[in-house]
Amino acid sequence: MSADTVIETQGLRKVFGERVALEGLNLVVHRGEVFGLLGANGSGKTTTIRMLCGLLAPTSGQARVVGYDVMRDAERVRQRIGYMSQRFGLYEDLTVLENLRFYSGVYGLRGRAASERIAEIVEELDLGPRSRQLAGTLSGGWKQRLALACATAHKPDLLFLDEPTAGVDPASRQRFWSHIGAFAARGTAILLTTHYMDEAARCERLAFLLTGRLIADGTPDEIIAHFGQPTLEAVFIALQAQSEAEAA
Amino acid sequence: MTLAHRVLASPFWPMLRKEFIQMRRDRLTLGLMIGVPAIQLVLFGFAIQTEVRNLPTVVLDESRSSESRALVAAIENTGNFRLRGTVDSREEVRRQIVAGKAAAAVIIPPDYTDDIKHGRTATAQVIVDAADPLASAAAIGGASQAGNARSEALLGANRKLEPPVRIRVRPWFNPTLRSSVYIVPGIIGVLLSMTMVVITSVAVVRERERGTLEQLIVTPISRTGLLLGKIVPFVLVGYVQITVILLLGRLVFNVPILGSLPLLYAVALPFIFASLAIGILLSTMVQTQAQAMQMGFLFLLPNILLSGFMFPREAMPEPAQWLGAALPLTYFLQVLRAVLLKAAGPESVWRQALALTGFAFGVAAVAVGRFRKTLE
Repeated sequence: MSADTVIETQGLRKVFGERVALEGLNLVVHRGEVFGLLGANGSGKTTTIRMLCGLLAPTSGQARVVGYDVMRDAERVRQRIGYMSQRFGLYEDLTVLENLRFYSGVYGLRGRAASERIAEIVEELDLGPRSRQLAGTLSGGWKQRLALACATAHKPDLLFLDEPTAGVDPASRQRFWSHIGAFAARGTAILLTTHYMDEAARCERLAFLLTGRLIADGTPDEIIAHFGQPTLEAVFIALQAQSEAEAA
Repeated sequence: MTLAHRVLASPFWPMLRKEFIQMRRDRLTLGLMIGVPAIQLVLFGFAIQTEVRNLPTVVLDESRSSESRALVAAIENTGNFRLRGTVDSREEVRRQIVAGKAAAAVIIPPDYTDDIKHGRTATAQVIVDAADPLASAAAIGGASQAGNARSEALLGANRKLEPPVRIRVRPWFNPTLRSSVYIVPGIIGVLLSMTMVVITSVAVVRERERGTLEQLIVTPISRTGLLLGKIVPFVLVGYVQITVILLLGRLVFNVPILGSLPLLYAVALPFIFASLAIGILLSTMVQTQAQAMQMGFLFLLPNILLSGFMFPREAMPEPAQWLGAALPLTYFLQVLRAVLLKAAGPESVWRQALALTGFAFGVAAVAVGRFRKTLE
């Protein structure tokens, strides 16, 4: 694993009971890269992210994240990654600031360092107007920005975003992507999943998962050329139709 | 549409079917639904015996004669007393009862045999730890039975007006035999046990249900840090509960506080910790808050029935006593009653304190070990 690599997996496999959720995944993500993981519902995207975060133990295979083995050195990995789950995972009965204070504290920030970092991130993500509101009463776009703020409180090297913009209005999505661009420009690598092809097109590289198998990866242009389709959307639809035909 | 058609078309049927499917899938709740009544029945069957037998009893025999030994035998024959040995002084009698090693004592004075030989009424004394009113009732009954038996044996057919043997019963610690004096200290223990266990297990499971645990476990927080952070606030809640019940007990039921409060609060700490650790252990066995509540109540049952809260443990068959010995509440109740009602000091309760500390560390180790920082 070179110093330039933040994720490297070899033959990563996950089986739930009888069902194979992910089969032999080999994936490399570089520092500062915005990497999109695409695929239909149930294709293994969330399982992949959860294994890379140490939330699930791989059935077999290896994964190194920010230079450490995800199972053996889980706590070292956790120091340097940020994670936004698909479902809003913050405390709805705490305010925006209380959530931020909690997460920056969990990541080891104390006293003045914590206050400064919180002020910085509130400023950057423009959370000021809602800082004293209970997280549970925020609308979708605000919740998502708060989740991003908590996941980046410790300035991680690598950020996992599992469908970060699902159910969020177009203006909020656009704003969210400008934040993602800012994080990437500062060298944070980002691995995200999405069902929006306009978002996929903004990623530097993409990987397509089909029923647990990686079937293509490359830049958006390479993917389009590879499948001989006019757009990413067309690639996606064609692949899904093909997998459904195979299943039937 | 006929009535039969209407009945068959009712949404009741798919609903019923769905409920059965869900019930079948939720094995734990199903197990609880069937298991709880069964366990309740067995435990109640064990524990509810209003007649108390086998009170652990020590003997102070200052007469040392065949007459005095016959009296001790008669007392033992009632079945209400189980002899645990002899002691040499009244001071030792007091020590044994305060420490809870004996619930009763038989004291036979030096002139007992002389009195009988000279045709005077000979008097022996039975002391009973009346902190437990059921036990003292048993002692009173057993003592008079034994006294009559000895009198009849000595007189044979030759009945006089005055019986040759009389046994006086002296209840200690709760001379008026009020049951609230016995119950209130127990309520402190039971209430703490219940709330501590249920609160923690629900609090941990709620995090899992709401998805906040997923976000939390990808942070570098350690298992111990996470769990300790979760339970320590509840230690304060526990102390508030103790204080409130003690105050109410004092003001409403006039329950005495004879011993040292700092000692009581100190011994409460390992008990509270053990209860919180049990709550975390339960949380690792369930998926939902509702299941956590049910498990909490399942745990509460043996605590109420077998710890000595309602029924003296001496009266229970041995298996029930072993089960009771595996509950932290059993030890904490002994401490509560000893300190509050008998002014017991550290020398009398250190064993229980040690047992509670062992529970606290043991259960905490198992709970932390079972708690996984993964979603599986």
